[in-house]
Amino acid sequence: MGMKLSALLKSPWVFHLSTGSCNNCDIEVLDCLTPRFDIERFGMLLAGSIKHADVLLITGSCNRQSAERLKRLYDSVPKPCLVVAIGECAMSRGMFIDSYNCPLPLDHIIPVDAYIPGCPPKPEAIIAGAVQLIEKVGAAT
Amino acid sequence: MFAYPTYFVLFGLVLTAVLGLLASWVDRKVTARVQYRVGPPVLQPAIDLVKLLGKETLIPAGAHKPTFLAAPLISLAGVAAVSTLLWITVLQPSRGFTGDVFVALYLLTMPSLGIILGGFASGNPVASLGASREMKLILAYELPFVIALFVPIILSGHAIRLPDIAAHQADAGAFVLHPSGFLAFLAALLCTQAKMGLVPFDVAEAETEITGGPLVDYSGSGLALYRLCKNMLFITLPLFLVVMFLGGITLSVLGIVYGALKLILVVAVLTLIRNTNPRIRIDQAMRFFWFPVTVVALAGVVLAMVGW
Repeated sequence: MGMKLSALLKSPWVFHLSTGSCNNCDIEVLDCLTPRFDIERFGMLLAGSIKHADVLLITGSCNRQSAERLKRLYDSVPKPCLVVAIGECAMSRGMFIDSYNCPLPLDHIIPVDAYIPGCPPKPEAIIAGAVQLIEKVGAAT
Repeated sequence: MFAYPTYFVLFGLVLTAVLGLLASWVDRKVTARVQYRVGPPVLQPAIDLVKLLGKETLIPAGAHKPTFLAAPLISLAGVAAVSTLLWITVLQPSRGFTGDVFVALYLLTMPSLGIILGGFASGNPVASLGASREMKLILAYELPFVIALFVPIILSGHAIRLPDIAAHQADAGAFVLHPSGFLAFLAALLCTQAKMGLVPFDVAEAETEITGGPLVDYSGSGLALYRLCKNMLFITLPLFLVVMFLGGITLSVLGIVYGALKLILVVAVLTLIRNTNPRIRIDQAMRFFWFPVTVVALAGVVLAMVGW
């Protein structure tokens, strides 16, 4: 594995992006930063700017308004970067699957590297998903 | 012992960077422990740096490209030059030159100037807002910082060479033990906090309101250089305070141990201040530095003139 990528996997700064979620997943993401879960152990930090991010944590069902903005934001992340879909809505649009306002699932708009199911997923599940993603990318290269 | 360029590369850049990364790990670990967390591993700041160097460097469409790319280098060059002066003071006092206190003082504003330049050059409204706050912060803290530095100069019998100031303290005891030196040290410590952009004076970066301020559009190696510069400041500024107020570092086994302890003490105090205070607004910061802190520094100068 290249030094670039191994360093990236040991210090993935996450950027939290809501594409129209009900805020439950977002609260669970924030829980990961609390002393109880402490993801800084793995070198993860919450990035304030998209230009500092390595991992996009995407929540919500991706409506017509946010899909365009999501694409634009994905283009402005410095590569290499990883995308994680958090929660039922980001995976499959959840209960909004038949909605007029949610035409496409997230992974038809941008490439997604990991899916974390749950409505909302527990912080444990989010951390487990992140660790599996790191293992998957580490093993693939 | 060495030529000046050797000092610059070997001590100013490499040693300061290594110690700075270590100091910023201490800062993150102490922060984590204060919040009952485990905290990152020792190598984390270095890993962050390697990762950022490997990432893509994006240049925003509205940016002034040469300035945008040169600004992080200006910051880094400033820190490296100051730390070179300080390491020369510690390792080979005879090589210090008259007036190097003032040179260090001017060079210490270079990191902030680089951040301001980079912020404005990136053409991002949030970055310009952060850069203008950084400018106001410089106006606020430079006055008490300069006044506080008069005290060690007066107490050492008007020496304006860093090695002379350190040598005077080696003979007569650290200046911080004098009432005047203590007041000046307090003022200088608060200015140091602002110089490093740590909470409560992180108005320029304010992650929660202007998402990183001047650095908002930096990615990849530009951000890596700024972070390295911040990390290096984390050892350079405490070293400056140790040389000016806390008796410097003498080159014996015991002296080096004491010196390391003094550095860790200053870093720990800065970290604790940052962990126990909320961010203040820019107008509050200016009022704070121009009135209470300047008055404390001036009181120190008056006491030093009297000879306390």
